[in-house]
Formats: sequence, C-alpha cells, structure tokens
Amino acid sequence: MRVDVERASRSDGFFPMKSLDFQQDFFQLFELSPCFAIDNAALDQRYRDLQSQVHPDKFSHLSESEQRLSMQWSTRINEGYQTLRSPLARGRYLLSLQGVDTQEETNTAMPLDFLMQQMERREALQDALEAKDIDALDRLSDTTRQDTRDLVRQLGVQLDDTQDHLAAAGTVRKLRFLEKLAEEISSAYDELDS
Amino acid sequence: MALLQISEPGLSAAPHQHRLAVGIDLGTTNSLVATVRNGISVVLNDEQGSALLPSVVRYSEDGNVQVGITAQALQSADPQNTIVSVKRFMGRGLKDVGEVIDLPYRFVDSPGMVQLRTVAGVKSPVEVSAEILKVLRDRAERSLGGELVGAVITVPAYFDDAQRQATKDAAKLAGLNVLRLLNEPTAAAIAYGLDNASEGVYAVYDLGGGTFDISILRLSKGVFEVLATNGDSALGGDDFDQRIYCWILEKAGLSQLDAKDTRLLLTHSRAAKEQLTDHIQTQITAVLSNGELVDVTLTRDDFYAMTQNLLTRTLQPTRRALRDAKLSVEEVKGVVMVGGSTRMPQVQRAVAELFNQTPLTNLDPDKVVALGAAIQANVLAGNRSADDWLLLDVIPLSLGIETMGGLSEKIIPRNSTIPSARAQEFTTFKDGQTAMSIHVVQGERELVTDCRSLAKFELRGIPAMVAGSARIRVTYQVDADGLLSVTAREMNSGVESAVTVKPSYGLSEGEITRMLQDGNQHARDDMQARALREQQTEAAQLLEAVDNALRLDGDAILDAQAKARIQGSMEALRSVLSGSDHLVIKRAVEALNQTTVIFAQARMDRSVSTALKGHNLSELE
Repeated sequence: MRVDVERASRSDGFFPMKSLDFQQDFFQLFELSPCFAIDNAALDQRYRDLQSQVHPDKFSHLSESEQRLSMQWSTRINEGYQTLRSPLARGRYLLSLQGVDTQEETNTAMPLDFLMQQMERREALQDALEAKDIDALDRLSDTTRQDTRDLVRQLGVQLDDTQDHLAAAGTVRKLRFLEKLAEEISSAYDELDS
Repeated sequence: MALLQISEPGLSAAPHQHRLAVGIDLGTTNSLVATVRNGISVVLNDEQGSALLPSVVRYSEDGNVQVGITAQALQSADPQNTIVSVKRFMGRGLKDVGEVIDLPYRFVDSPGMVQLRTVAGVKSPVEVSAEILKVLRDRAERSLGGELVGAVITVPAYFDDAQRQATKDAAKLAGLNVLRLLNEPTAAAIAYGLDNASEGVYAVYDLGGGTFDISILRLSKGVFEVLATNGDSALGGDDFDQRIYCWILEKAGLSQLDAKDTRLLLTHSRAAKEQLTDHIQTQITAVLSNGELVDVTLTRDDFYAMTQNLLTRTLQPTRRALRDAKLSVEEVKGVVMVGGSTRMPQVQRAVAELFNQTPLTNLDPDKVVALGAAIQANVLAGNRSADDWLLLDVIPLSLGIETMGGLSEKIIPRNSTIPSARAQEFTTFKDGQTAMSIHVVQGERELVTDCRSLAKFELRGIPAMVAGSARIRVTYQVDADGLLSVTAREMNSGVESAVTVKPSYGLSEGEITRMLQDGNQHARDDMQARALREQQTEAAQLLEAVDNALRLDGDAILDAQAKARIQGSMEALRSVLSGSDHLVIKRAVEALNQTTVIFAQARMDRSVSTALKGHNLSELE
C-alpha cells in the first residue's frame, strides 16, 4: 500500500517537519543546484509542495508547539521562495553563499556611463510626472525592464560561467539601482492615477 | 496501519466525530454564519428563516441589548444608542472617523480606539461587534446542536493590523475560538474557485457596506495564491448613502438636523439607492420630527453623477493591485463580484469597462464570503475533506519602523506572502546609550506621521558602548492571521535582551478579561463551563495524536525511558481529564506538550528527510 507522507501526517496528526534547520540553504531546501540559472517551474512546484506540508492551515487544530514549528517553517519557505524567485535576490544570495558581500549600502563607486544613464532615466521620470505623460512613463518602464533583462543575463554569465564574483557583485549593485527606479516608476503611476 | 474503527450509530468514537466549526462574515451592514454540513457549505438561518443578521446593536438603559432586525427597526427612533456600521470604527481613532460627517453618535476619544457613549455606558467598537458575534454563535450552536470548536472570522483584506487585532478581540469577547482571520476576497475566491474548479488569474472585487477590497489571485491545482491586494477600508455602500443624504439636504434646503432626522434620512437614502438598481428613478418621502415634509425625486443619472468619484476610488486601487501583481488586464481570466454594493449597475459597468469583460455575478454577493469562510473553518478544525487545497495570502500594507528624521523604513513590504518574518539591524546613536525606542508603523508613506502607529516600546539594558557599535536586531513576524509581533534583541558579545510586543490598538488581555468579568455571574459560570469543555476537547485531541504517533513511530525513535516518560504524562493528563478545573487540565496538557517536543521533532526529521527526497513512506516500509 502506498501512503504518502502528507496523508500519513493527517491521520496521526503530527507536524511532519523537523525543527528549523538553518544549515540547509535555500537551494537545498528547494532541491535546486546552486546556480543562477534555475527552472522557475520546478521552483514554483516545489514551493507549493513544501507549503502544502507545512502551512499553518494544516496544523491549526494541533498543539501550540506544532503550530509554532509550522509557522517558522512556512515563513522560512516563503523567504526562500522570494529569494530564489527574484533574480536580484537570488544573485545576492548566491554571492553570500560564496562569502561575497555585495556592499549595496557602502560601495557607491559605479561606472560613470552607468551613473550618467541612471541620471537621464531619473530626469525622464521627473519630466513624465510633471507633464502627466503616461506614454512617456510607459516608455521609461519598458526601457527599465529591458535594461534589467540585460543585466540579469550578464549576471548569469558572471555567476555560472566565468565565476567572476567581483564583477557579479557590481552587477547586483546596478540591478539594485534599477529596482529602485522601477519602484519609483510604479509610485509615479500611482501618482498620475490619483 | 490502524484498523478501521466501526462504531454503532450514535456512538461514534469521540475524537473522530465531526468538529463543529463555522465561518463568520462580520460585515458592516449584515453579518452571516455558515458551516459545512455533509460536505456542503451552507449559510445558517435564524429561527425566522433569514440568513442576514443586520449588524445593528441597540443598548437599553436596563442593560438589555438588541441585535439585528429589532435593533434596526429602532435606529431612527433611538439613533444614539443604536449602533449601525460599527465595523467602520474598529481599530480606529477619533481622528480617523472624524471625516465621517453627520453620524448620530456621541463619540468618546480614547487612546487607540474611538468609543461610543450609550445609555448603557461607554462602549468600545470591539464590545459592540462582540454582541453581533454572540448572536451568530448562539444561532450556530442551536442549529448544529453543540459547542463550536472554533470559527473563521473574515476581515477586509485591506484591514491593517489594528483593525485585525480588534476583530480578533471581539471574537474572543464573544467566546469564540478564532481558528483564523481570513481575508474576505480570499474567502470568496475559495467558495467560487472550488465550486467552478477554476484555474488561472482571477480578480475579486469586493465592495461591501463600509469597505472596499480588490485581490488578484492565481488559482492552480487547488492552490489559491494571492498575488496582490489593495483597497480602501473606509469606502463602501454607506458612502453612496451619504452622497444621497447630502443631496437631499441640498435639494430640500435643510441645514443642521438632529440625530433622529439624520438617521431617518440616511435610512431613506439607502432605500433609494437600492431602488435605483432596478428603477431609473425613485421618490424619497419623509416627515421630519418638526413636521416638515421632505419629498424629492432622484434619478439614476443624478445618482451616477454624484457617486462617480466613489467609483473612481475603487478603480485606482484595482489598477494598483494589477501593477503590484505585474499583470495586465488581459491576463485576468475572470472578475468575481462580492459584497452587496456590487449590485449597483454603475459598479458593474465600471468594472466591466476596466477589465474588458463581464464580471461574474452568478453567486450571491452577500453570502459567498461566509460560505468560503465555512469551508476554511472545516479544514482548520481538522475535518479535512478529501480534495486538498492550500491558501497563500498576503499582508495588504507594508510594516515599517521609525528611523531618524521621522521616516518609516519598511521591514516587510506589502503583498508579502504570510506567514512572513524579516529582521533588520540597528545601532545606537549616542555613546553610552543604554535604551532604544522602537516605533512600529504600517503604511506605504515615507513619513511616520502619515502611517498608522501600531506600537511603541523600549528596549532597555543595552550595555553602554560607543555610538554605532551596539547591534540591535529587530524582528517582525507576521502570522497566518496577518497579525504582527515584534522582537528586539541586542546581539553583542552574548548580551541579549528581548521584548515581544503585540500592537495594542485592540484591547489588552487584561481589558478583555475585565470585560468578560463585567458580565453577570451567570455568564461567568457559562464561561468557565465553556473553558472546561474546550480544554477537555483539546486534551482529548492531544492524547489521540500522541497515541497515534507512539504507535507509528514510538519504538523506532524512542528508548524505553523516553517512551515511559511520555506515557507517564499521558496518564497524568487522563487522570485529571474528567475533573472540573480547566486550569489543572491545561497544565497537564502543557506538561504533555513539553515531554513530546523532542519526540515530535525527531519524527519531523524522519518525515522531512523522506519528503525532501521525494519518496513516500511506503518505500521505506
């Protein structure tokens, strides 16, 4: 007879996960090899499988200690999923596993051409806001997305192929810039919408 | 493998019997209770056969409390003691409700939440809501013929922490064990999605009596994943009534009205709004207390025009939610309409225009939330249904901390899947600083003053150090109810102090205890009896679970001594189980929990290593 773990845990009513083991990194947790290039569909599927087993909704009728374990595990799996799902967070995380600090708060030395480009983008954003120009905002949003895609591709090469961690850390810092810009574009949409 | 247990009819083995659990939609205008019976979610009616309980509570001088239709009938006659739409005041301060004009109440400002002065004394919105919940609990217990194991209470998705906490407090005050606070649009999605076996991206547009929510969900193979939510927790059908009310004042040339006339015209406004759903115009006729006759005709076009900007206020959050979900309108497969206010034709038209498709209105917008909550309650109570499903919800508003300059630094961003935790490190500003004040806020704005303040507390006992060298780690944890707890810890050289606060916009445990004790002796006896039964049930469930676990894994994991210790704790619990002191049972339950912690973890180790390898138990056997 085949009894899967989930079913068995139901009938006997015990939390099926061990206590939080922070030794296991997110790649191990999600059964992925520690590379930048990952199979998003496999990640999604694994996420759902894991949450199906640990989510607090599955344990609300059990003891407090099991509910607490369930919340901790579920929290951990959410954190892992968010980290691996986002290319920026995933790159940063891979580097941290290698002991490389991306210095996003401290290292402000950016290549000049990148800084110039960012200044232009921000000016374009201000102009679009002042002119209440949705089309200009759309164009800026598209450009930012394209820039992000290019940098993500570059980060993949640096992390998976050339193993150039220093260069990768630089790319992560650039991506962080673009992420902030994307957030500001999103707020600009909100502002023009109200 | 356990043998099938066969029991005689009417003598089913106690721990396996159906656990009575309900879903409650605590609405601004109406409230409902539903349960799963024979595998089908049904709304429970009162003895007169009506499902909707008007969320109206009237206090009388003699301490008598009326709830529902009878209270509603007296709302114009006794407006100051008849509380309507109390949900709008939950977890809100006076300044938050100050903009709501012309409400016939005597508000009392108090720290945290506004209170209402009635003939029976000052009442907090939590107490008023608890009265509504008590009626629904009684209805359910009578109808189901037994004690409830617990309830799922729904809240607007856009409710902040203070409003959620207040709702949970109200349920506790009503003697309900809260299994979960569930977001209303998510509840609707469960009811709709399971019914229609839907797959793909859906939007739930929920315009109720006092709140508006928009949630974008992805439904896939039994997983309900909320991608983004937005809304306005102070926008609903009541505002449409207010617009008509103001229009009447202007049209009839009226100025300051007393409380009775205000409530009278608000009631007429609501009736007119409902009329305009099926008619192109309606006549509003009322006689004021001074004998003055109000007689005006309102057309649908005028009504549409005066409420246009209310509609706009629902469309902006909707577009925001789509942007947050990184989706375009074309990617939304269906739009589910929830809440009585979505009956208004102009609402349906606006939503259809925005999404470029006809919204789904084939379910009762008043009942779908309660029905979904009941399905969730049934699962949480442990009456699992064969087809499994999983709910992944989010927090609606970012949680932040006040930093230098009165700015809010976001720790957990909005639309994070819950449960969620995030830690951030801070340091001291001055040399020798031994305390740090921590201010927890919620909201999207940059300035702390524009966000909702949830809690302030101080971390003391930081060892004196040079400025900038202390490491204070602040951890935010949001549980599956969307409720936050905050911990602060000084991490340096083994010196640690920790504080955990629950945001206190709701009531403290002490206040709830006091309110519960304020009831008469009879109620107190009831409570004790109830606590005893709850504790006995919990104990029986625990004994059953441990028994099963021992049978399955006991010999494989435990040595004889450890096993004997667990069995000893089980015996100790069994021996007090039939006693009359719930605290004694509680202590025995805690003791058993303690003894089994290691065992539980060892079992989890085994299970998880199996699960993580993708094998199943049978392959190990």
